[in-house]
Amino acid sequence: MNIHYEFPLEEAGYAFGFLDEYAKKEVRRTILKAICIPGYQTPYASREMPMGRGFGTGGLQLTLSLIGTNDTLKVIDQGSDDSVNAVNMRQFVQLTCPGVEVTEKLEEATLIQSRHRIPEIALTETQVLVLQVPYPDPLVVVESSEARRKIMHAEADYSRLLVKLYEDIVHFNEITISHRYPTRINRHYVIDPSPIPRWDVPKLNQSPALILFGAGREKKIYAVPPYTVAEPLVFDDLPFRVEDFRDEHGQRRACTRCGATNSFLDEYSDDNNIKIYQCSDSAYCDGQLAQHQQREGKA
Amino acid sequence: MSNRILEVCGLSRIYGSGCPLCVESTGPENDTNICPHCGSVVAVHGVSFDLFRGEILGIIGESGSGKSSTVKMLYFDDTPTAGEAVFFDNGERHELFRQNAAQQRSLRNKRFGMVYQNPHLGLNFQVSAGGNIAERLLMSDLAHYGEIRRRAQELLLRTEVLPERMDQNPKTFSGGMQQRVQIAKALVTRPPLLFLDEVTTGLDLSVQAAILDLILEIQQELNTAMIVVTHDLGVIRLLAGRTLVMKHGRVVEAGLTDQILEDPQHAYTQRLVASSL
Ligand SMILES: Nc1ncnc2c1ncn2[C@@H]1O[C@H](COP(=O)(O)OP(=O)(O)OP(=O)(O)O)[C@@H](O)[C@H]1O
Ligand SMILES: [Mg+2]
Ligand SMILES: [Zn+2]
Ligand SMILES: [Zn+2]
Repeated sequence: MNIHYEFPLEEAGYAFGFLDEYAKKEVRRTILKAICIPGYQTPYASREMPMGRGFGTGGLQLTLSLIGTNDTLKVIDQGSDDSVNAVNMRQFVQLTCPGVEVTEKLEEATLIQSRHRIPEIALTETQVLVLQVPYPDPLVVVESSEARRKIMHAEADYSRLLVKLYEDIVHFNEITISHRYPTRINRHYVIDPSPIPRWDVPKLNQSPALILFGAGREKKIYAVPPYTVAEPLVFDDLPFRVEDFRDEHGQRRACTRCGATNSFLDEYSDDNNIKIYQCSDSAYCDGQLAQHQQREGKA
Repeated sequence: MSNRILEVCGLSRIYGSGCPLCVESTGPENDTNICPHCGSVVAVHGVSFDLFRGEILGIIGESGSGKSSTVKMLYFDDTPTAGEAVFFDNGERHELFRQNAAQQRSLRNKRFGMVYQNPHLGLNFQVSAGGNIAERLLMSDLAHYGEIRRRAQELLLRTEVLPERMDQNPKTFSGGMQQRVQIAKALVTRPPLLFLDEVTTGLDLSVQAAILDLILEIQQELNTAMIVVTHDLGVIRLLAGRTLVMKHGRVVEAGLTDQILEDPQHAYTQRLVASSL
């Protein structure tokens, strides 16, 4: 894509934000409903987008319906602002939403679209986080009939999901779910929080920012409204645990780039096949690095 | 205070569209449960009885007489076309067929238990024996892993399933063992009312005897009221204090089991008793 290309708005017949006004209104109405019923998978008429479903069309439809010229957008893919997916998505929004600012700095963003991660630094009340969702229903693994799943959700009957956790503990001594950890919202609906790691699940709880989830293929939108209880599904006597990133000596690993010991780390192998660890949130890593350099500069 | 736990009145189930002549054209006198006018099956008609706390009531009758249909409706596996049932529990009256689906599910999960002839209906073969019992406890809102393990262990021990079997999948178990797991699962929430539908049918005689003994012991220990469905007079003789005899969807005779066995009134019951001697 050529970002310097001038989009002939009138000729192309595209509305601002690519979607027509009806499509955007439908999404906005659904968002309002989703906020009213925290965690409820609200169906909507998902539109075809000029990219394959599964590439985040659900999240993109949310973003395009919410964005205005006074917004500043940040797009993250697996923690990084400059992966191919994030770059494409950002350019698409720039192309179809003239006047919208984009940024890589979290604190500048009003709207954040992300896949697989929630930023390390806490979001604020003035920000909205949009997460792309491949599979919206956490009950799919235990019940194949959607009609029966709806009844289970309505009655908040998650016993069969807990049986799955029970079996995990029996056979593996721990709950083996690493991503998409089922999370109960406002003490009723359990959601699939999208493929975020466990590390990010506590960030859903009492978040000052509105968090929206969009599943384009499954045509569902759901929300964790600001300051809402979000609790991972667990047994009373076995507390939820996040990844601890300790090495064989029990020492917390640090990011090899910025030295952070409080971030979610990605594991890579370097040229000599030695494992190295780096912040998965690239903007956070940059920020930490800049702070160190500043401090060293002063010293 | 009455000791009554269940009051069933005029319970009926017609499979098919039904017509005004269904009821009068079927039943023992007509020797069929299929309506000659519309082809509907009058599986159960006008079944009424009381059940008391800790009592075992037998339902006997030939194949197709409506035994399973009767308990299925009471356990909410099926919906009656007519009739009422009241469940008395901790001083509360529950009109079973006037409750919404969520209330029915709650009673079913917490206050009733069911053991089916076919273990595939009662057990989840995707998970371990312990997981099956855990599922029932989780459904009744216990979410303490250690306590769930303890209760499952206790019940499996009580139903004589070897402890090392707890974490194995019940699909590898013998038929008798699967029934024991079903019984453990049904009883783990200590329901005051348990339905058993042909639970020993198809098992070896010695296995049958051991399971019937177990049921009797449990009834004495926990004072669980039970409805035992069978076509086997031997099961009725051993377990049930009172018995209903069904034919073509109707109760043709009801009373104390001993009386029915010694002095059957209805011709059908007389044949049934004679054939078992
Ligand atoms: N879903 C159904 N649709 C149509 N007819 C049914 C259905 N379920 C049961 N029936 C019919 O209702 C009648 C009563 O069936 P039910 O299963 O209650 O008999 P039963 O006494 O339990 O017999 P068995 O000893 O063979 O288990 C039978 O004629 C049966 O064919
Ligand atoms: Mg039957
Ligand atoms: Zn870093
Ligand atoms: Zn008829």
